[in-house]
Amino acid sequence: MSDQKLQSQTVQTTGHAWDGDLQEYNNPLPTWWVYTFYATVVFAIVYWTIYPSWPFGKGWIGGVTNVTYVNSEGETKTHSWNTRALLLADLNEAAAAQKPYFDKVASMSYEQVAKDPEMNGFILSAGKALFADNCAPCHQAGGQGVVGFFPNLTDDDWLYGGSFDKIHETLMQGRRGYMPAFSEVLAADQIDQLANYVASKAGIAHDAGKARAGDALFHSETAACFYCHGGDAKGRQDIGAPNLTDKVWLWADVPAAQGDEAKVAAIRNVISGGLNKGVMPAWAGRLSPEQIKVLTVYVHELGGGL
Amino acid sequence: MQQGLEDQVALYQKRIPIFTRSVKGAFRRFKTSVLVLAYAIYFLLPWLPWSRLDAPSQALLFDLPGRRFLIFGLTVYPQDVIWLALLLFIAAILLFFVTGLVGRAFCGYFCFQTLWTDFFIWIEHRIQGERPARVRLYRQSWDREKILKLGATHAAWLLVSFWTGMTFVAYFAYAPELVVDFFTGQAAAAAYITVAILTFSTYAAAGLMREQICTYVCPYGRFQSVMYEPETLAVHYDARRGEGIQGRAVVRAGRGIALERRKSAQPGEPQAERRRMVLTQSERALTERRAQGIGDCVDCGLCVQVCPVGIDIRDGLQYKCISCGLCIDACNTIMDSFGFPRDLIRYDSEKNLASTQPGRPALHWKRLKIVGYGAALILMSGYLAYSVATRGSFDRAVTQIRQPLYVVLSNGDIRNRYQVRITNKAGQDQRYRISATGIPPHALDLGNFSEITIKPGHSGLVQASVRLTPDEAQTIQGFELIITPQGRPEEARTEFVRFDRPGAKP
Repeated sequence: MSDQKLQSQTVQTTGHAWDGDLQEYNNPLPTWWVYTFYATVVFAIVYWTIYPSWPFGKGWIGGVTNVTYVNSEGETKTHSWNTRALLLADLNEAAAAQKPYFDKVASMSYEQVAKDPEMNGFILSAGKALFADNCAPCHQAGGQGVVGFFPNLTDDDWLYGGSFDKIHETLMQGRRGYMPAFSEVLAADQIDQLANYVASKAGIAHDAGKARAGDALFHSETAACFYCHGGDAKGRQDIGAPNLTDKVWLWADVPAAQGDEAKVAAIRNVISGGLNKGVMPAWAGRLSPEQIKVLTVYVHELGGGL
Repeated sequence: MQQGLEDQVALYQKRIPIFTRSVKGAFRRFKTSVLVLAYAIYFLLPWLPWSRLDAPSQALLFDLPGRRFLIFGLTVYPQDVIWLALLLFIAAILLFFVTGLVGRAFCGYFCFQTLWTDFFIWIEHRIQGERPARVRLYRQSWDREKILKLGATHAAWLLVSFWTGMTFVAYFAYAPELVVDFFTGQAAAAAYITVAILTFSTYAAAGLMREQICTYVCPYGRFQSVMYEPETLAVHYDARRGEGIQGRAVVRAGRGIALERRKSAQPGEPQAERRRMVLTQSERALTERRAQGIGDCVDCGLCVQVCPVGIDIRDGLQYKCISCGLCIDACNTIMDSFGFPRDLIRYDSEKNLASTQPGRPALHWKRLKIVGYGAALILMSGYLAYSVATRGSFDRAVTQIRQPLYVVLSNGDIRNRYQVRITNKAGQDQRYRISATGIPPHALDLGNFSEITIKPGHSGLVQASVRLTPDEAQTIQGFELIITPQGRPEEARTEFVRFDRPGAKP
């Protein structure tokens, strides 16, 4: 340590004096700092040659590194280094890694896919990703749906049928649920009677007298509910008319309604207002046949595989 | 006095080159044995074969792409990360324990910085010669000899550094293939980058920076210092004996034995007779020195010349000392040659040296800290051994599906769904059965997979759903899922899961 000198003994001033006696020390930058700075300059020049860096005309100077990727049309493209091309190359690679599984799905029947442990694992992960990308905006992440808007896919009540084929049909063609607004053709007390009748079929507390009148109305040509919902009110899967006798409610939020009167009121609102929002788009053409097949098995499994 | 910027001292010190003299002795032998053993393990282990059915036949392989560590007969998966935590804990406690007992023994004998520096100094010694030759070479102008010798030294260092990096990488891939791939340009980029970084850092740390790493970079050396207690054994210079009243002094006629020794070195004199003479002369010399108040230290400076961190141990215990014991060897060599008693520099405790009647240096382990560290060490090592010995052949994770937490079915029943993930850690295919207790029979629905076969090292996913009537759901808050490997009912594991129902408070 003896050779370390005090700075004051070595530092010189800039040689100029202000106000007669005010002088400034001339402290040069530390050597290590200066060389680090030179090293960054060298680094920058190397970087400019390897990677895109400078704007030039309407484009930029690309650098010497290239990225090769396959675009959505299946053409192989080579571009100067950029993160977008890297992403495309990565996506392409991931798709290639998944391809054997999708091919296998395409070659197997629904039952075979569902019963094969390895393929089932693929369905659970790939199906989840596909579901999250395409279905979750309406049916929610877990397929639980939203009461009053989108059906719950995790219960055992299928509006259009829960077999593999029916789910596949739903995915391919889409669905459109519709019920006319009965406030235009029926009086308020008639709607009230119908609501009490539906409540009686579903096991909700109701006015027995009104329900009897509603029963007659339900099966009459005046209201003609039975055409769609069936004589026993259990619905018709071929046209997507829901079963009114079970505990699952899509449009009328009966489970959340507080009190018997509110439950009947929720049913009354649906009868009087009708429905014109039960729309599911068709996915044929938007997703590949293999993807739709994966989703079919996944959704089938969501509902418990019934 | 006013303290200003201009009064500060410079914070950077240029490295003062250290040329260590080689020495023989017990500590040098111990250090060499540790070095040979450590190098043998480090450099040869990746080449040790180990027959495996489903993995490369390498005894120790950290298979990062496969997410597993193959350690002889044991396969470690990421789920076993607790073992790593235990191992790190044990390593830390072992360091504290040993440091409390015998000081920085890790630094002096086992640290890889010390080992590699030691080996690099050995190379330097082989090529450039003993300390005086190296000092001369250092001062010499850049002629042919200097360029050749220094070039050869650095080339050898680089070669060792390169193979150090290469060996490290060989732990992460099948070594025989990797080395071929590496030299044919087929290996992964990570391999080249790792080897380059390790080559450079080994060369810089063991060849160029050496003791600067210990002094300025390494945090362990510094925090080991605070674990010293007065009873801790450390390399100490017995100043009371060495300095006497008048201080140390070189051997001179009338004060030492040099004259007599020269006289005694008559050719043809019988060996035993000569030794006896030296002894008696030594005794005389010692008495003479002590009568003059001179200490036993002959100020030969050898303890400073052999020191790899360039300190003088006679200045007392200091932070730079890595306690490698080489100065003990050096001093004992000199003391022997003069016939003076050994151990002027020795392992001793501060407390013993300061006491009025110093006893023999002894290990004092009956201290709260040492016993505490020892207990923690035994406890944690025992737990690690127990955990490794009794680990199951599979891992399981049961998660309740939370979107939605429950589903009301058309007849009013309530259904909860669960995802069961089973990882087979055994060496062969295994079939697993899933069952449940605490719910009515038939409430558990496993779809197509009430039994599932899983390949070794793979995971299987099973969706389980449980359906209860509203009345049952009122009373059943949760139940147990049991996973049983077929043929090994003793390894069955149960997992408690909750059952949710509408209106229940979470």
